[in-house]
This record gives sequence, C-alpha cells and structure tokens, in this order.
Amino acid sequence: MSFYELLKKYEPAELQNYLNNSSSQIEKIIPKLTLTELEFLTLLSPKATPFLELMAQNAYLLSLHHFGRNILLYTPLYLADYCVNQCVYCGFNTTNQRKRRQLTLEEVRAEAAAISQTGLKHLLILTGESRKHSSVDYIRDCVKILKEYFTSISIEIYPLETDEYAKLIESGVDGLTIYQEVYHQPTYLELHPAGPKRDYRYRLETPERAAQAGIRTINIGALLGLADWRTEAFYTGLHAQYLLNKFPEIELSLSFPRMRPHSGGYEPTSPVSDQALVQIMLAMRLFLPRAGITISTRESATFRNHLLKLGVTKMSAGSSTVVGGHIDDNSENTGQFEIADQRSVAEIQAAIIKQGYKPIFKDWHPLEDFS
Amino acid sequence: MEDQLIIGGTKLNSRLFLGTGKFASYEQIPAAVAASGAQVVTVALRRVDFETPGENMLEYLPEGTVIMPNTSGARNAAEAVRIARIARESGCGNWIKIEVISDQKYLLPDNQETIEATKILAAEGFIVLPYMCPDLMAAKRMVEAGAAAIMPLGAPIGTNRGLKTEELIKILIAEIELPVIVDAGIGRPSEAATAIELGAAAVLVNTAVATADQPVLMAEAFGEAVRAGRKAFLAGLGGTQTFASASSPLTGFLRSE
Amino acid sequence: MELIINGVPNEFAEPLTLQELLILKNLAGQPMVIELNQTIIKRELWNDTKLKNGDQLELLRFVGGG
Repeated sequence: MSFYELLKKYEPAELQNYLNNSSSQIEKIIPKLTLTELEFLTLLSPKATPFLELMAQNAYLLSLHHFGRNILLYTPLYLADYCVNQCVYCGFNTTNQRKRRQLTLEEVRAEAAAISQTGLKHLLILTGESRKHSSVDYIRDCVKILKEYFTSISIEIYPLETDEYAKLIESGVDGLTIYQEVYHQPTYLELHPAGPKRDYRYRLETPERAAQAGIRTINIGALLGLADWRTEAFYTGLHAQYLLNKFPEIELSLSFPRMRPHSGGYEPTSPVSDQALVQIMLAMRLFLPRAGITISTRESATFRNHLLKLGVTKMSAGSSTVVGGHIDDNSENTGQFEIADQRSVAEIQAAIIKQGYKPIFKDWHPLEDFS
Repeated sequence: MEDQLIIGGTKLNSRLFLGTGKFASYEQIPAAVAASGAQVVTVALRRVDFETPGENMLEYLPEGTVIMPNTSGARNAAEAVRIARIARESGCGNWIKIEVISDQKYLLPDNQETIEATKILAAEGFIVLPYMCPDLMAAKRMVEAGAAAIMPLGAPIGTNRGLKTEELIKILIAEIELPVIVDAGIGRPSEAATAIELGAAAVLVNTAVATADQPVLMAEAFGEAVRAGRKAFLAGLGGTQTFASASSPLTGFLRSE
Repeated sequence: MELIINGVPNEFAEPLTLQELLILKNLAGQPMVIELNQTIIKRELWNDTKLKNGDQLELLRFVGGG
C-alpha cells in the first residue's frame, strides 16, 4: 500500500474524535515496547499533557540507550534562493519581491572554507525550487567542491526523480531532508496555490524515490503552525514508520520545525507552544525509539538546552539562512526565516558539553572513500 | 465471544498446537490431544522399519484434527520440499511445518534454506508454517515467500528452557502481520501463557507434554495456560511503571515560563 | 535383481511388482507412502508397478513428531 493510500485510512475528523474521546490510559501506553498507531495518537492528545514528565523520563532513557550522549552538529548552506513556488508562508516565495542570489562555484568554495573553520563536517545544502537556476547539474558541481571540505552532505532542495537522486548520490550526497510542510491535503493545496510544489502526492513520495536511489539518511517533518499540530505530528510519525518498514536500511530522522518570522509576513494559523513541541517530540520518541530527532536553530538557545535530554540527536549550529551568509556579512539578501539561536558553533559545543553530552562533528565516513 | 485464530483459511478455537513425538506410547496421544483441546497436531515422516510391525499413528488422532506434518530430517530446502510433497501425497491435507536443520549440534533451524522451501511449497498451494530462528529479516522474507504463519523458537528444541528469545519474539509480534507461533523450547504452562500474553497467536508444545510424568494431565495444564494467556492478552495487561518517580524533572522548564 | 530399499540393497527374483514386494516383506495392508526413484507411486498403482534391477525405493510412514 502506498503511503498516500495509508493516509486515507485516517480521516482528520475521525482523528479529532479519537484525540478527544479515547479512553485508553496514558500511563499504560508510555512504558510499552511497541506502540500501535492509535496509542501514538493518544500520546499526542490533550489528555496526555499531564503525563509529559513521565513521557520525558521514558524518552530520556530510550534515547540514552539507543544514541548515548551524542549530539551530531551540522549547519545549513544556502546555495540559491531563486524559487518558482508560491508557498504563502515562505520568504523565498516567487511573488515576494526581493533580491535573489545564487552562489558561484568560487563562492561555494569560499563558504565551504569559512564553515569548515568551525570544525563542522556535516553539511545540509539548500536551494529554492528553480530548475533553471539551481539545476541538478549545478547542485552536483557544488557537491563535488563541498566534498573536499565535508564528510557528509545532505540536500534540502526541490523533489527530484529517482535517477536524479542517483546522480547526486554518485557525486557524494548521502542525506535527504524533505518536509511535507502540511500533511492535511486541503490545507496543503491552500498554502501552495501555484508552482510544481502544488503536487501533493509527488512531494509525499519524494523520500521513497530517494530511498530507491540508495540515499543513506532521510529527514522528514511537517512545518508546524500551518495546520492542527496533533494530527500533523501523527501523520509525520506514520510517514516515518512507513518509510522504516519499507526501507529498513534507511537512517531516518525527524524534524519539528516551527514557523518562524520571515520576510513574507504570513502568520501561522495554528501556533505551536513550547509545551506542544515537547509533547510532539516525546510522543515521537516513544513511538519510534530509534529515529533521529533534529532540532534546528529555529528554536532559542535556552529552549534547545532544555530539549537536549528529551531525545535530540542532531542540532544545527552557526546557521545562516541567507545565501552567501558566511562570506558576506553585509549581504542585502534576507534569509529564508529568522534564526533564533544565534550562538556560534563553539558556544553551542560548550553548552552541549556542559550538560554532559558530546558534540559530534564527524559521524561517519563513507567506505568508498577509503578505496 | 468469538476469538478464532485463522490460518490458511482454517478457523481454530485452540491456540495450542501439540507435537506427537517422544510419547511413551501412541495410546497416550488421543487422550493428550483431547485433554489439551489442541486442534492442530504435528506428525513426522520416517522410513518404515522392517523389524518392528507398523502402527498407523494417524489412527490415534481424533476425527477433525488438523494434521501438520513436519519436514524433520531435512537438511536443506530440496529435502524439505521432497518430504512435504510425500506428506501431501499420503492424503492428510496440505499443511506443512517446514523444519530444516543443517546443524546437528544445537539443532537450530536454517533460516536461509527454510525461506527457499517456503517459497517453493507456498507456490504449490501448501499452507506453510516455517519453523525458524527469530530473526526479523528472515521472517519478513518468509512472509514474502508466502508463509501462512511463522514459528520462531523460544529456546533450542527439546530443551524445555522457556522463552529465552522473548525480546526477539516481541519484535516479530510487533512487526510481522502473520500469526506468530512460538515453537520449541517451551517447558512449562506458565511459559506458554507468557508467550500468548505477549501476543503470540499460538504455541506449539511437544517435549514438555510428552516427557511429563503424566502427559495427559500436563496436556490439560497447557490447554488451560494458553486459554488464560489469551484472555489476559485480550483483557489488556495493566501497565507496569518503568520509573517510580522523576528524580530530576525534565519538563520543569515548561512550567516556569 | 538388486533393489535398494530405504538405502539398503536387497536381492529379489524377477518378475516382481510393488504389491508383491510388500507381501514378501510382511508389509501388505499397512499405511505407508512409497517413492520409486524419487517419484511417489499412488497406492492404486502398486499392483501394476513392475520393479526392475537398480530401482531405489523409499517406504515411509507417519510417526509421532513435533
């Protein structure tokens, strides 16, 4: 069964009804080894909120058992902000009149050199959706340069075809980050009024195309604030489980990006509180004990420090969402969204160590490179 | 309340499968089967021994019993397939327990060969129940190969050591959609009950019954244990508290804001 | 002629059918499955199945098993 069909099994109205009326007992669900889909849903319900501390204690130990005290650090590198889509919540929206930029290969090298000064070895490269400006060949050329500086390169770009993923993997990409943004299809169509991104199902099945091409890690998520967070988190968890079942060889992780202020000025319709974000993270950890959890610099330094023990495995550091942000301090460009955690890589590193955890710069090295 | 186990289209009311090996005499078997309530009974195929007059063990099985021949003696997929075909030809239905043992020291099943045999026999219309080492990837391949259920071992065959593989079996129960039947190793009724409480669809017991001082009484005890375990599973076990109370709160920061 | 029965060679006079062999071995009427050169021979055909030199026979029956 495709994930699209699987999603149809859970109508939003039925989920709401279950969220508000389920009689199952939270304290019995929390310690279970494996949770059913409905038990996971129950942990996202309002009645689970009083049990957050108990969920946290379990999530803490599960995370400790499976991941140890390791936090992988990475940073984003924006290659270009040209975009043909009209996501109403995004600063790169094509209708947003702004100065656009694409890094030249020389600039990519300069950015790489600047970032690698901090010691980071894991990189996430981003572009808007523009096959004209940011073609697969351009991205491949960038990756070839970046491989000289970084051991792991993930992409957060527009959805590709399987053979295009294979091409990028061949050139050195090992990870894919793709957010569905909104799983609730009517809302998705509302927020993506035009452009190729309007194809809901094509985006939904993007991780599968990358997996078929042999990608090593996949990071998925919903952009929180666009629709009811309980059901969006539920769909995200289902998606993750579906991928894990279908592609057991994939290293899967989850992000819970909350809407941040950006130059487009769209206000989130369903704001997500700190408590709600914690509940999502804990429910996810209990449902998928071995999935990675990524928390980016969208969140504040204080909040990220608190989240550390609740199951985080990956954090971004020293981030800039501006194209050329590492080489050009006075860029006229604005970023995709505002960064909340402005600490340097060294400061984040120190904060992680202070909590008894170990910042990891280089998590793995592809075997091919030894040959 | 109707709570049936359906395997290969056959509805079963009992979740205890009984093996018929190692009994002191065949006469004990019908009484043991009746006392246990088992509906599925395993048998083996052997060469005729010309010295001892033959007894037809099938005559000792009550009317309506589902006979599941095993492929014991097979050391590879080809031998298992051959034994299965002979068993079906003899006219006792199309159920088959695939048992391929290439290791004579521990008598552990060979998952690789078992997957091969499952593929061939399922395609020939057999209702295939492979006996296996509890390995998730192997189980998934058996599902793909067309198995009707999977039968992971609880402990090495004949050891009566209980559910030594519990953690792995829990994973199979969670991940495999086919019935998971714990076969081999179960030595006590309480262990059979535990397996069923965990969500196993059934258990297959032989040595523990056949070698008890009173096999018929032990068969009855297993029947009751399996029924109790199933009721407990359906009732939903009470939660056990993993952590008594938080020593240092992890979510306190949410309240201070 | 020589027949290999359950792995053991035996000498018999020709001609001989499968059914006649079972009578010779005191096995007539007993439940069993017979494989001749790895092919199962249905019971109805035992009377008409002529054995020849070098034939390999497996005589099998159900026993208790787990």
